[in-house]
Formats: sequence, structure tokens, C-alpha cells
Amino acid sequence: MTLLGKLDWSAVPFDQPIIMGTVGVMVVTIVSILSWVMLKGYAPYLWREWITSVDHKRIGVMYILLALVMLLRGFADGIMMRTQQAVAAGGAQGYLPPEHFDQIFSAHGTIMIFFVAMPLVIGLMNFAVPLQLGVRDVAFPTMNSISFWLTASGVLLTNVSLAVGEFAKTGWFAYPPLSELQFSPGVGVDYYLWSLQISGIGTLLSGVNFVTTILKMRAPGMSYMRMPVFCWTALASNLLIVAAFPVLTALFAMLLLDRYLGFHFFTVDAGGNAMMYVNLFWVWGHPEVYILVLPAFGIFSEVTATFSGKPLFGYRSMVLATMAICVLSYTVWLHHFFTMGASASVNAFFGITSMIIGVPTGVKVFNWLFTMYGGRVRFTVPVLWTIGFMVSFVFGGLTGVLLALPPVDWQVHNTVFLVAHFHHVIIPGVLFGCMAGYNYWFPKAFGFRLDERWGKAAFWCWFIGFHLAFMPLYVTGLMGMPRRLQHYDVLSWQPWLLVAEAGALVILAGIACQVVQIVVSIRHREQLRDTTGDPWNGRTLEWATVSPPPAWNFAVLPRVDGLDAFWTKKQRVLAKQELPAWRRAYQPIDVPRNSPVGVVTAFFAVVTGFALIWHIWWIAGIGVLGAAVTLLAFMFRTKDEVEIPADEVGLFDRRRPVEVSL
Amino acid sequence: MNVAVEMDAVRHGELLDVSEAGPAPKRNVAAFGFWIFLLSDIVMFSALFASYAVLAKATAGSLTGAQLFDQRNAAMETALLLLSSYSCGLMSLAINSRQHLGTFLGAVVTFLLGAAFLALELREFQVMIALGAVPQRSAFLSAFFTLVGCHGLHVAIGLGWLVLMMIQLALRGFEDVVVRRLHCFSLFWHALDIIWVLIFTIVYLMGVLP
Repeated sequence: MTLLGKLDWSAVPFDQPIIMGTVGVMVVTIVSILSWVMLKGYAPYLWREWITSVDHKRIGVMYILLALVMLLRGFADGIMMRTQQAVAAGGAQGYLPPEHFDQIFSAHGTIMIFFVAMPLVIGLMNFAVPLQLGVRDVAFPTMNSISFWLTASGVLLTNVSLAVGEFAKTGWFAYPPLSELQFSPGVGVDYYLWSLQISGIGTLLSGVNFVTTILKMRAPGMSYMRMPVFCWTALASNLLIVAAFPVLTALFAMLLLDRYLGFHFFTVDAGGNAMMYVNLFWVWGHPEVYILVLPAFGIFSEVTATFSGKPLFGYRSMVLATMAICVLSYTVWLHHFFTMGASASVNAFFGITSMIIGVPTGVKVFNWLFTMYGGRVRFTVPVLWTIGFMVSFVFGGLTGVLLALPPVDWQVHNTVFLVAHFHHVIIPGVLFGCMAGYNYWFPKAFGFRLDERWGKAAFWCWFIGFHLAFMPLYVTGLMGMPRRLQHYDVLSWQPWLLVAEAGALVILAGIACQVVQIVVSIRHREQLRDTTGDPWNGRTLEWATVSPPPAWNFAVLPRVDGLDAFWTKKQRVLAKQELPAWRRAYQPIDVPRNSPVGVVTAFFAVVTGFALIWHIWWIAGIGVLGAAVTLLAFMFRTKDEVEIPADEVGLFDRRRPVEVSL
Repeated sequence: MNVAVEMDAVRHGELLDVSEAGPAPKRNVAAFGFWIFLLSDIVMFSALFASYAVLAKATAGSLTGAQLFDQRNAAMETALLLLSSYSCGLMSLAINSRQHLGTFLGAVVTFLLGAAFLALELREFQVMIALGAVPQRSAFLSAFFTLVGCHGLHVAIGLGWLVLMMIQLALRGFEDVVVRRLHCFSLFWHALDIIWVLIFTIVYLMGVLP
């Protein structure tokens, strides 16, 4: 069987009913969606308008769709773990064998961070940042498509591991020496490493793309201090991507060299140093926390200002706090492993920096509060997510300050207290933020609003369910319960874990509400239609164009003369000082041509990754060659833009007048 | 050049600030984006440098850097690579004045110097492997081969890129996109120099300190 490397039929776990059942459901779902697309004749439309699209709005929507689908998978893993721990007490072993449980907690963490939170955040930035900057696209549109499809490749490989082979059993950070070949001889760690290497390249390219877009492409008149706060947080987040993801790439390359070629970076013999992996992992990992949460902070800022009908309180301090967090995020990585054995002064340094980084975050919370204070707050769905965030995040942050004290950390290290803490900051911080952004920008993307009632129901289920699910873990953590237990003997933990299970079920109800919300909104789209382009009485430029915006975003590039330029203009129009200018000089617009290079490169990336995981060297060679030829073909392409004539732009613009044009 | 135009507008009071000038021209955007990419590449190297620094003394009883490194060879490599950067700079001047012949000449010299650098590096690796100093032998050697090899891989990719650019130049002449890519190539080539200077210092000079 050398032709197919390590791959044979024993790789498919036919004897595992849970896995085979899940695989069956996934295969049936995919096949039925594909056949529906084929039968309805949607395939050419999908290929032309979405799969090969290089439009930042379409790519953003695809990122978010990908993330929401993976949220279902990641949540399924989560609720399986909660159910296992709810029943596997005393002598009971529960329903998940240890080797399966280990894969589930590793997959849950990997999927939630890399394939839910990252694509949600990047998707929202893709959709909103160029619109907020008042420009027509990102700096490198085709590269944007490559980024998305490489992320999708990573997702695909991770999901293939369910059916063919196994996933890592090492936890989502794959610490050596456990993740070395000696202790993890299977393909699980290889699936983990190649999925994340491939999607990591996509993320890095996104970072380069957005830093360039924000620094080099803004509407005329938009100086740095006139950028919306979301753009500032996106800038900080992408600077962190550019500076942090290469470390992850190098780190995983070293572990791959250890596993594939017998190098000794992290091995227990020949001088390898496993703690170097842990250090480098968190040199990436802590900035990663802020890569995720800073854009969410930006969304909260936009939502608070818009729905309070007031300019954001302390715009300058918000920008300063964002950039301070951006820098400080590199000074705290060691707090993830105070127990490493560094000296007391090293631990004290990192403990103090970890507390300092809470200060700019506190500044932000006060800014949001003061924005709402004295404002006429409209309690829409995005505002509910924002208030829910502020209430819970403050407490989650406080437990973080506790953990920043090395002596406390030593007591609760590796317990579920920590699990409770980071879920307490990531779910309200990142997930609530993205949900707020999703409800906020949905009408801009599709031209109709999401149903409010189901949105509110979803929020309350998530909010209550989240607290029910994670507050008990603080308690059992303080009682000494380690994380990642497949079963346990301490019966006094069980009542708390049953409460946590109930919380997970309430979250499940919240997810169900969100599915219903989409269905109901699509059915009632005519009543929910946004005809003005400005459904929320917004302040920033994305609301100055129609919903959904045309491929060129703005028929005429807006001119910006201050912060919240769109809002100011609206006020002047309302006060009849100025009438909307309808005689506009239209120019022909060059829009980037669609390109299959992203999806084709990603196809070859999947082939290469899969072949490398299973040691099928000849297919890996073909995959690399295919990707290289694809990129070469792109390099030699001569026509990369399509010109939209001025008449057509004008026709579109006049047919869909928005109330205020800049 | 674009900046100069913008600065004129600022001076004439049309704009308050360069940052208000609106979207930058494509040439600047492409070069700036490539700069950002190069920064990320340098960050990747910094992780490899860090791991080399941590593992430099972890020789596991095998040969040490002081025993292995041939400083004359490293000095010759350095000279070749720095000279290739000089010829790459001359190539850039030829591109700016749109001279085909000068560009091709600069590219050929750059390519030959780069290839000679790579040949010396591969010979060094060969000698080390013949002595039994393979990356599987110790953590120090793993880190050494990864760091220096990664730079060598970048040089090899750069040589391939240069060949492709010459084909493009022959086929399409000094089109905007070709000139943009040639500028990106020269940025890349100079960045490899910066990394090599650090390798020369940290690996080859500090590595033989008593």
C-alpha cells in the first residue's frame, strides 16, 4: 500500500456509531444541497457571482456563512463534552470513550478559534471596512479571494479528519512532547498542523491586504482621525495578524519538521526544548486574542454610537486605547504558563503587564457607557448584544485580573476555572460582538433587516444559557476540577456540571432561534426591506450607499470633511441648509475582474494537505505543482479589470436614489 | 513621486494633510502591500532566530558551531549576496529609465551572484552532512539547518521569480504591472540581504565565539 502512503480502509472508523452517524448526516446534507443547486440550475450563478467573485462584500458574506456553519460543528462538539461530563461521574464512563473525547475537545477549540471566530471577524471586516472607508474595494481583491478559499481549505481538511483518520488528541494548542511523533504517532496532529498552516497563510494574506487598504485607500478627506472606530480596530487587528501569524507559521513548520523529518526542536531527546514551543505558541496566541476581540470592540463602538444617536464618547481615547492594546498584547504571553518555572521576577513582570492591559479596556467600557448616557438609546438586537457584552465582559475581565496574579494562577492552573474565564471573555467579547455586527450590517448586505423578535429571543437564550453554562465551572474550578476530564470520581462536582449542561441546552435554543430568525426574515423580506440604504439612522459611510451596494460601492467617491461625515451631512440636509445634490458627474469605473484563481489554488492546497497528512508523496507533488501553475497563470493574465461605463453607473445611481449623497 | 505631488497639493492649500488625499495610486499600494508582507516574513525569521538562539548550545554531544563553521566560506557568501543586491539596485535604475538592455544585464548579474551564493551554501551543507552533522543529530543542528535553509529557500524562490520577471519583461515590455512586480522583486531581494547580515552575525560570527 505504498502507493497511497498510510491511507487504507482502516482509516475510516466504521465501528464508531457516533462518528459514522455524524459523517452520514454531513454527507447527506452536502449531497442534498449540491443536488438542489444542480437541479435548480444555480451552479453557473454560484460560480460566476460568488465562488469566483473578488468583491469584498461577497467574500465577507462567504466568510460569515462559513463561520456560522462551523459554529454549528463547534457547538456540537461543546455540547457533547458537556453531556459527557454531566453523566460520567463516579464509576460511570459516559458515552464517549477517552480517545474520542480527546479529539472532541481538541477539535472544539481549534474550530471555534480558527474557523468560527476568525472567519466571523475577518468576514465582518471584509464586508464593512472598504464601505466605511468610502472606497470601492480592498487593496488586493484577488488575493482576498485566495485568502478566503485557503481558510475554507483548512475547514475542509479539519472536517475530513472526522471521516478519514482522526483529529489531534492533544488539545487545541498541540503542546509537545505529546504532539511529537513519539507520543502521537497517528495522523491527528498532522491534520491539525496542515489545516492550520493552509488557513494561516490565508489569514496572513488577509492581514497584509487590510493593513494596506486602511493605510493607503481611504475616501478623499478621510484622514486617520476621521476614520470610523471599527476601521481603527480593524487596523490594529490586522497589524497584529501581520506580526503574529508568521510566528505560528514558523512554529508549526518546526513541529512538522520534527514529525516528518526527525528534527529535534521540541523532542525530549537530542536537546529539544518543549517549552520553546509553548512560548512561541503564546507569542502568537495572546495577540490572537486581541486580533479577535479588537474588531468586536469596534463593532460595539459603532453600534453604541448609532443607536444612542450620539457621537462616540472620547473618540481619541478610544483610538489610543485600541493602539495601546495592540502594542501591549505582545507583553503578556507568559501569563499562559506561569507554572513553567520562570523566576518570580519574570512572573511578576508578566503579571503586572497583564493587569496593565486591562486599563485601556476599561477606558473603552467607560466610553461606551458615556456614549449611551444621555442618549436616546434604541433597544434593537445589536444593542442587546452590546449591553449583554458589557455586563458579562466586565466580570470575565475581572476573573482575568485574578488569573494575572501568579500565586492565584498557580492554584487554578489547568482547572476549569480557566476554561470558565476564557469562555467568559471570548463569548461575550468576540461572539456577542460578531452577532451584533451580523444583525447591524445584515440589511446593508442583503437589502432587508433581520427579524427583531427572533433576534431578541436568540440573544436572551444565548445570554442566559451562557451564564448557566459557565458560571458553574468557576465553582468546580475552585473545587479543583482539572480541565478536559473524560470522567471523574468527585460526586460533588456533578450538580454543577448538570447546571452547565442545562446552560448548553439553553444556548442550543438560542442557536435554533437564530436559524428561525433567518428563515422568518427571508420569508418576510418585503416587509423588512431597507429602501433608504440607511435603516438605522447611521453615522458612517456604509449607510451612504444603497443596500445592497453595487459592485463599485459608491457611484461617486464620497468626500469626507470630518468625523461622522455622513451624519453631519444628514443634519445639514434636515436643517434645509443644503439640498441633496443630484447632478453628479459620473466617471467610468474599473472593477476587478472575477477570478477562479482562489478556488483553484485552494483545491490544490486541500489535495496537497491531504496527501502530506497521509504521506502520499506523489499526490503532494502534483498538488504543489497544480497550485504553482495556477498562480503562474494568474501572473501572466493580461486583463484584470472590467470597465463599467459612466452611463451604466449613472443609470444605476439615479434609479436607486439614497436620501443623502455625499 | 506620488508623495511629492500630494505634498504640492498640501502646500498650495488644496489639501490639509497628505492623509486626506484619497486612495493612493496602484503602484504605491502594491509596493506598500509588499512591504507589509516582507515585514511579516521578517517576523517569521525572527521566530527562527529565536529558536536558534535557544537551541544554539543544545548540541547533544555532537559537533558545535565553532567546530563546523567555515568563516571564509560565510564571508564569501556574504560578499556575493551583497554584490547581488548592488547589481539589483543597478537593475532598478535601468528599470526607472526604461532601458531593456540594462535591465536584462542587471538581472543576469544578480541571478549569477545569487546562484553562486546558493551553490556555496549547498556545498557547506554537503560538507556538514558528510561530517555526520545532519539536522536529525541535535537540536542545534535542527535549528541551524532550518534557519539558514529557510533563507536559502527564499533565495532560490527569488531566483525563480527573477527568471519569470525576465520572461514577462520580454513578452510585455515595461507595462505598469511588470514594473510594479520588478520593484517588488527588488524589495524582496534587499530584504533577503538584511536577513543574511543577521545570519552572518548571529550564526557565523557569534557561533564561533569562545
